[in-house]
Amino acid sequence: MIRAVMVINTTGKPRFSKFYDFQPVEKQQEIMRRIYAVLCSRPESVCNFIEAESISGPDTRFVYKHYATLYFVFLFDSSENELTMLDLIQVFAETLEKCFKNVCELDLVFNYSKMHTILDEIIFGGQVLETNSSEVMKAVEEISKLETASSALSLVHKSVSGWRSR
Amino acid sequence: MAGPSLMDSLFQRSLDDLIKGLRLHQPTSESTFISKSLDEIRREIKSTDPQTKSTALQKLNYLHSLHGLDMSWAAFHAIEVISSQNFQQKKVGYLAASLSFHSSTDVILLLTNQLRKDLSSNNVFEVSLALECLSMICTVDLARDLTPEIFTLLGSTKSFIKKKAIATVLRIFEKYPDAVRVCFKRLIENLESNDVGIVSAVMGVFCELALKEPKSYLPLAPEFYRILVDSRNNWVLIKVLKVFSKLAILEPRLAKRVVEPICEHMRRSGAKSLVFECVRTILSSLSEYESALKLAVEKVREFLVDDDPNLKYLGLQALLVVSLKHLWAVLENKDLVIKSLSDDDPNIKLEALQLVMAMVSEDNVHEICKVLISYALKSEPAFCNEILGSILSTCCRNVYEIIIDFDWYVSLLGEISRIPHCQNGEEIEKQLIDIGMRVKDVRSELVRVGRELMIDPALLGNPVIHRILSAAAWVSGEYVELSKNPFELMEALLQPRTILLPPSIRAIYVQSAFKVLIFCLYSYLFPDEAVASSPSLPVDLDPGVTSSISPKEFSESSDVVVTEPLADREMDEGFNPRDISQSLEDVSVGNGGDTVIAHEQTSCSATLKKDYFTQESIVKLLDLVERTLCPLMGTHEVEIQERVGNIRGLTELIKQELPEFLVHKERNVEGVKVKALEIVKLMHDAFLEELGPVSTSAQERVPIPEGLMLMENLGDLEGICGDIQLPIPSQFCFGRPHSGGRESTSLFNQQTDEESETSYECTSLLAEHRKRHGLYYLPSEKLETISNACPPAKDPQHSDDVNDDGQDLVKLTEQSLVPKKKPNRAKPRPVVVKLDEVDGITIAVSKPESKDYLISGAVREVLLGNEVSSAQHKLPDKSSNKRREKDKLDIDQPSETKENLANVGKSETSTSKKSKHHIPGKERKHKSSRTNADEREDVQKDKTKSGHHNPRHKARQRADDNVDVIAQTPVIPDFLL
Repeated sequence: MIRAVMVINTTGKPRFSKFYDFQPVEKQQEIMRRIYAVLCSRPESVCNFIEAESISGPDTRFVYKHYATLYFVFLFDSSENELTMLDLIQVFAETLEKCFKNVCELDLVFNYSKMHTILDEIIFGGQVLETNSSEVMKAVEEISKLETASSALSLVHKSVSGWRSR
Repeated sequence: MAGPSLMDSLFQRSLDDLIKGLRLHQPTSESTFISKSLDEIRREIKSTDPQTKSTALQKLNYLHSLHGLDMSWAAFHAIEVISSQNFQQKKVGYLAASLSFHSSTDVILLLTNQLRKDLSSNNVFEVSLALECLSMICTVDLARDLTPEIFTLLGSTKSFIKKKAIATVLRIFEKYPDAVRVCFKRLIENLESNDVGIVSAVMGVFCELALKEPKSYLPLAPEFYRILVDSRNNWVLIKVLKVFSKLAILEPRLAKRVVEPICEHMRRSGAKSLVFECVRTILSSLSEYESALKLAVEKVREFLVDDDPNLKYLGLQALLVVSLKHLWAVLENKDLVIKSLSDDDPNIKLEALQLVMAMVSEDNVHEICKVLISYALKSEPAFCNEILGSILSTCCRNVYEIIIDFDWYVSLLGEISRIPHCQNGEEIEKQLIDIGMRVKDVRSELVRVGRELMIDPALLGNPVIHRILSAAAWVSGEYVELSKNPFELMEALLQPRTILLPPSIRAIYVQSAFKVLIFCLYSYLFPDEAVASSPSLPVDLDPGVTSSISPKEFSESSDVVVTEPLADREMDEGFNPRDISQSLEDVSVGNGGDTVIAHEQTSCSATLKKDYFTQESIVKLLDLVERTLCPLMGTHEVEIQERVGNIRGLTELIKQELPEFLVHKERNVEGVKVKALEIVKLMHDAFLEELGPVSTSAQERVPIPEGLMLMENLGDLEGICGDIQLPIPSQFCFGRPHSGGRESTSLFNQQTDEESETSYECTSLLAEHRKRHGLYYLPSEKLETISNACPPAKDPQHSDDVNDDGQDLVKLTEQSLVPKKKPNRAKPRPVVVKLDEVDGITIAVSKPESKDYLISGAVREVLLGNEVSSAQHKLPDKSSNKRREKDKLDIDQPSETKENLANVGKSETSTSKKSKHHIPGKERKHKSSRTNADEREDVQKDKTKSGHHNPRHKARQRADDNVDVIAQTPVIPDFLL
């Protein structure tokens, strides 16, 4: 299974993280810190797979991909194939691109919830469920629609209740 | 009521505001901003307005996952937000729960009803949220309570939901194995879905399950096989391959079936991921199929020559998998492996290194080690240590299996010790001592290597070498009878720079000095017995022989010295740059001895030895010991202090009694017993006792004494002792004040008397003074000021054969790695002591957790149809009738067939004899042309699919059940079609 998905920028700031097996929050931070320490010491154009047993326990490795100012990191175990994980990072990034058009770090910073929505359609409980970014986008758009509808509703509701209480 | 909440909701910061705020702040003020925001959140989250509450929770989610803030306190608020009717708020709530809830969150049970409600919602996205959350936070209770809902969702017509339900089932099974009885069949049905997404999800689940406990899933092999052959989706195929790589090991007949389809994928597919998975499956589980293996190795080579470092890395990893069983696969690619050793990528280098070490055999270990070490010297420290570490671990594998020439290996260890940045001190220490105990023949070389290390004062300043020095000191003391010059050893053990050693190692130095002292005294006092008791000394005086033992030293000394030591003693003075005689003389003027005692590095012969321990030399030795060890009596380290105390007790005794002994000796009086003599003899005999290796399981063989509670939980002991600091050594200062005049009887050495009469401070001052003026035994160019900074260790000598990487490595490929004929060895492999059991076998990997067993037990029940859980019957499902019928059919199978198909096969063959003559017609009627193999296969299929959805299948079930009982041939039929 996939143990975790992280996005860390090149200065070491975590931009997104989701752990699929429960880890205490301090441990999460430590894992991200140590992974970043490994990443920033690696030159360009070397291989993207790294054994992570010392960082996150037995039978774990991670794969990363460097896009502009961001590292995308997937932590996983032996029931996943390394190369498909690399592809999956690509799927994730492609979907973000489709979603935000010319995605950059700032998009990720300000769309924390949407990142979750997108990732949840691709990976579910550590299992890969969807690898087609258009399918993912379809679901994400539906969900966003639902969200805006409900928030509009709540605005109305709020103003009504506010008015009533006056 | 709306007062505070209205204010809050009007002026509440949104998540975007929070993020903007965070970006505005400098890293220094960030934490204050966060804690301020947290205070706001704590206030807002108590609001009665759901929107305010959910926004607060959303901010908390953010701070939790990116800034590491604790949010467990908000668990109840998360549940409140989840219960909102508003989708957006619900989503925030579920995210909070999945981020922060875990098995010990106490309010988790409050979520059960809400989850149940959302799982049955008409809105697929609400269902999806609930499933997501459940898959993350599933507990035993939740799994048990929500199994019916999940079961229903498994039958959903919407693929969007079905996929997620399938993935959730995995977590449900893990927590609540009984759910297997309910949901497993539906899961299997979905393997035949036309929707690739669903098949992929199911295979994901089976892959996880099968990796943990493969045996139970063997009956599903036909289903998996069909997917392997039919599916064109790489994600699905990869998962199927992962499952088969586990199953094929268990069932050889299955392996035979799947090997061809896998090769087909390997040839056909353009997807590297799929090809790699095929390669990995073949190499790890199907390597006995030669043509498949060849094809896989070909593919690996394609990976290795690829420009993509990822493929190169994976290719090397794959080779490592196969290297144990089929070394030829590595040898065939050795050129590429060696090339990868100098890759830019540290990961690739490490993999290549492991492969190179896998190629090491007893024939090429010399060459490979030589080349690797010269390569290590040019590498950066981290990789250098990796190389050294892997050389060490490879050579000591299976009790030094590949080492024939231990002399070479021991000197290699000495060489490695001197490599700068060598961090492997601990391992080298372990091996030096281990070899000493196990291999008798190598001890003299070991002592030589130990000496080389010990007499180099530069090494003492390098903390990473201290562990090695400790081994060298131990070896020198333990095997001192093999030493060529015990006096020199003593000087080395007591040299001033030893204050740089940590106390524990210094204690070993002192103990070794004790052993050396005992040996010298014994050799002097009992010259005849000493010769007899050291039979392994080279008795031959032939220069040729001595030079073969230590050519380097031999070249330094002269033949004359060896053959006519007595005549040339005076000339010897200073012939050796490491000679210590000068410094000795400085301090032992009181002796008045005009001869320089033999400190030369001659090879000792028995006859030489006799004259070697003269009265003067012994006296000097005693002086040296007293002088250097007395100051240590005041040390704070009990380990050192105690040992020094022992030595001093002995030296004092000897000094008192030696004159008496000499008198007797001169008069040739026989049979006079002197107390000190007896002690020396006793001690010597005690030290002569050989220390051997101890089996790792030795302790297990000791019967447990009655009344000893071994299993008692000492977990809380740590808690108790946690606050108690380990005693600081200085609290244990037992240093005796040195009393003056206690050595008034000593006739030998005025200077020593003076020294010991002065106080400890004076002595240490004196030592300090001597240090400052270089008044100790090493030649002046070696003398650096004593500092804790590491002086450069002696330059390794192989710097000149470090040429070009490429050249060396190419040489390596050309020579060493070619499996060649065994050369005639000059010397046979010495005896290596091994214990009864195989050394170093690690205890078998612990068994999977009980939960997995529970799952697999349930899986087997379902697959082999032993038993129906009652839960299944209450399920609101149309197909349950059929299932019940089928279960009934299966009940009459013997419930003991828990194991697997192999066992089933056996029981079939055993029953086949008696059942041979009845109902053969029944099955023939069913399908006339089937072979036994086919029958078996159908049995499997029926057991697994059990024909819920195929009425014809069900009809056949009856017949097949019979087939199961009356399988015809004793030959185990084939597994698959």
